[in-house]
Amino acid sequence: MSTQSNGQNGNGNKLVGEVVSAESDVGSSVSGRVAPPPGQMKKADFVSDQEVRWCPGCGDYAILNNVQKVMPELGIPREKIVFVSGIGCSSRFPYYMNTYGFHGIHGRAPAIATGIKCANPDLSVWVITGDGDALSIGGNHFIHAIRRNLDINYILFNNRIYGLTKGQYSPTSEFGKKTKSTPSGTIDYPINPLSLAIASESTFVARSIDIDVKHLGTIVEAAAKHKGISFIEVYQNCNIFNDNAFDYFAERTVRSDRVLYLEHGKPMIFGKERNKGVRMNGAHPEIVTIGENGITENDLLVHDIYLQDPSVAFMLARMEQPEFPQPVGIFRAIERPTYEDMMVDQIEASIAKSGPGSLEKLIHSGDTWVVE
Amino acid sequence: MSTVIEPPVTQPDKHLEELETVTIRFAGDSGDGMQLTGTQFTNTSAVVGNDISTLPDFPAEIRAPAGSLPGVSGFQLNFSSQDIKTPGDQPNVLVAMNPAALKVNLPDLEEGGTLIINIDSFTPENLKYANYATNPLDDNSLAGYRVHKLPITTLNMNALKGNVDLSRKEIDRSKNFFALGVLYWLYDRPMENTLNWIRAKFAKSPELAKANEIALKTGYNFADTTEVFTTHFTVKKAQIAPGKYRKITGNEATALGFIAASQISGRPLFYGSYPITPASDILHELSRHKSFGVKTFQAEDEIAAVCAAIGASFAGQIGLTGTSGPGVALKQEAIGLAVMTELPLVIVNVQRGGPSTGLPTKTEQADLFQAVWGRNGECPAIVIAPATPADCFHMAIESVRLAFKYMSPVFYLSDGYLANGAEPWALPEVQELPQIEVKFHTDPTTFMPYARDAETLARPYALPGTPGLEHRIGGIEKQHITGNVNYDPENHHLMVKLRQEKIDRAVNDIPLLEVMGEQSGKVLVLGWGSTYGSISSAVEKMQREGKSVSAAHLRYLNPFPRNLGEVLAAFDTVIVPEMNLGQLCTMIRAKYLVDAVPFSKVKGRPFQIREIVRKVEEYL
Repeated sequence: MSTQSNGQNGNGNKLVGEVVSAESDVGSSVSGRVAPPPGQMKKADFVSDQEVRWCPGCGDYAILNNVQKVMPELGIPREKIVFVSGIGCSSRFPYYMNTYGFHGIHGRAPAIATGIKCANPDLSVWVITGDGDALSIGGNHFIHAIRRNLDINYILFNNRIYGLTKGQYSPTSEFGKKTKSTPSGTIDYPINPLSLAIASESTFVARSIDIDVKHLGTIVEAAAKHKGISFIEVYQNCNIFNDNAFDYFAERTVRSDRVLYLEHGKPMIFGKERNKGVRMNGAHPEIVTIGENGITENDLLVHDIYLQDPSVAFMLARMEQPEFPQPVGIFRAIERPTYEDMMVDQIEASIAKSGPGSLEKLIHSGDTWVVE
Repeated sequence: MSTVIEPPVTQPDKHLEELETVTIRFAGDSGDGMQLTGTQFTNTSAVVGNDISTLPDFPAEIRAPAGSLPGVSGFQLNFSSQDIKTPGDQPNVLVAMNPAALKVNLPDLEEGGTLIINIDSFTPENLKYANYATNPLDDNSLAGYRVHKLPITTLNMNALKGNVDLSRKEIDRSKNFFALGVLYWLYDRPMENTLNWIRAKFAKSPELAKANEIALKTGYNFADTTEVFTTHFTVKKAQIAPGKYRKITGNEATALGFIAASQISGRPLFYGSYPITPASDILHELSRHKSFGVKTFQAEDEIAAVCAAIGASFAGQIGLTGTSGPGVALKQEAIGLAVMTELPLVIVNVQRGGPSTGLPTKTEQADLFQAVWGRNGECPAIVIAPATPADCFHMAIESVRLAFKYMSPVFYLSDGYLANGAEPWALPEVQELPQIEVKFHTDPTTFMPYARDAETLARPYALPGTPGLEHRIGGIEKQHITGNVNYDPENHHLMVKLRQEKIDRAVNDIPLLEVMGEQSGKVLVLGWGSTYGSISSAVEKMQREGKSVSAAHLRYLNPFPRNLGEVLAAFDTVIVPEMNLGQLCTMIRAKYLVDAVPFSKVKGRPFQIREIVRKVEEYL
């Protein structure tokens, strides 16, 4: 409990003085300088002065590097960008971006971001989260922030493990996985982040891979340009607690055979020889080989990211190795009014109807009477 | 008294008697419209110039089984020609619309009090629901009261049947207006106010409007023309301070106070909330005022509601969240984040009976510890509490002022009694409202996220969107001045002390505690929050009797006013009435080493004046 006498004797000034020296050994987290105009910014303008403290070899570095690279190309003034995160390795991300940043509490980044975006729709708001943060403790906020369709970019680093707490299974860990907390293997079935995002009415749904640098950059840029919620799942390697977790499809030598790069307007083709494709067989997808049994490109499913009906996007989200290639790219990108725009519209409509609120009138509203 | 079905043709000459104060309780099934009836009587009494104070008392179930004891809904109203501060200890009049309402409320009725009973509802089935072995109307158990047995359902049906195009069931639903009409005559109230309300409310359902209007007038005329009542009463205008007034509940005043804070600070209001009794009316009220730029966000849960408010604060709006005790329990981690990031935030807790779900519709003050100490770590926040429904307006403004000035979460502890209770509100002049100055840092050359104001120790408020001030905040310990992540032991010790010191310094910004009555003496009754009315009424009464009793009421619970220690030391005994097991009492015992006496009542109901009088008398 407080000792109130301290409040009156100016002790606080002394407290402030005590640590002036502590300041000198670490640099400030503030640039202290205004960023160049959007057209002249470089990647370096988005690198903060803080030492990056992820484990050497972590997939997070590649994602950070990519996001920093994409930022100058978005044409958004640096001061209008806010990164918000929860808790976990990935959630340290905002400290390394020389933008505004808010490192929140476990699972709640989407809720904090919602408040920021509603309060100032002019800001470019980014949520950085992990599989535990977004889908376990923050599962509820994941669903609701997405369904509201705020214009927020939402990047989930999926490493299928709890890294910061040193290696327990996560909600995306494969069934039966042996971890510190599951020595006999997990007995809960994993959740599919894209399925959940689509079920939550996400207007933009995409997936990429940390080591596929070029692809990731394209996806991040597309997400930033989408008006409305933009959800990206990034497969991210945790080289300490879940190393090589995605090698079975993402490793360079097998990737072209096991990953399907989705491209809008193009038939779904994959494989080193570019001769494998996805075709509908009744209500189910199947893998076919072009040139065999008279199959041509015309038989293949053509990707359409603008379909209002989410069924095909959902079907693609369910395709997995080894039965299917692992799809990456943009699954869905549809337009829908955003939450913050509608919120502002309602306020403007109210003012248009009855004029700006008058405090005097408000206080004197209702049945009043005068005592002489 | 005999039951009269048909009104006589001649109008008897009735006697009009003057009364100073009357307490009426309307009680019926939760579907009987008792809250509405009570509210209408209150509005009319306020408009005719009486002082008023109300206590709605309703079940947590929306519609418990009809006629059952848990389904009883009550509304108590005290109206007076004097200055009153409570809804009255004991009703003088009980309106009982069914046996269950009689059973639940009769023990509270004063000896010899007036009972107005709808005898039509005293069917064998309803008597059984109310656990009556014999019919109280016949077994002489009501002999100690003045009983008026009225067949309200039948009278109302006879009056409306054929006059409105409604089913019997729909007609029956207007019988509360018949009862209200009877009471309006009995206490000499005009019907205009309610008739206007009916016409506006049912503008789209003319038949319902007509039915309610006929019911009200018929009830009035019935009481006037029959011999059921030989006397009726009048209560003159109250001798209260001159000015313009309106009736207001605590929740309404809270919502208006936050809108006012937004207007005078120039910062838009963002209200993040999840529906919860008894706080939801604040969300309803604020969502109606979009023309003030108010943004209301009905979140997916309590945690999202407070986190969104924190986000809005970070972006420069007034971050406000409102809930009741269980919701605060869920929000606490996020409130800790606001303490760590040193952002302004206001948390409204309309306290209700706990723990857990507890008594959702009943009042309690048991969340004081939760507000002061309920988070992990050393996590100080400012805590304030309004004392009356109208005081909610001013304390809401005060919470926003302190949150911005100290860059800190502020708890605003209302309760169910304040929230739903009503009193006349002396309307303030807008230009006399306190000023709220919000300063934003804009200069990149002098910006350090955790540098501090020399006077308040508040850190600078730097909004996203300001060029050159890009910085990162978060829940991890921050280095003094730079705001960088920092795990240094000395730094942590310093930051813990700084955060505490900042809250302690708010003491320089809050008024001294005032003593009502002599500045020293035998007994001081110390209260906080909604107990103000009962405590001050009891103490004033005893002071008029020449007893050595004073009262003091805390609106600031953390930090306490600077002179609290001196005030306590000037009395032989300090008694602390609280609707908890002695939380404020524990705090002052710990801080001031005073042998204060807790006086606990945790029944979901406010203190009666006489309960406090009796307790104080033990120490005189």
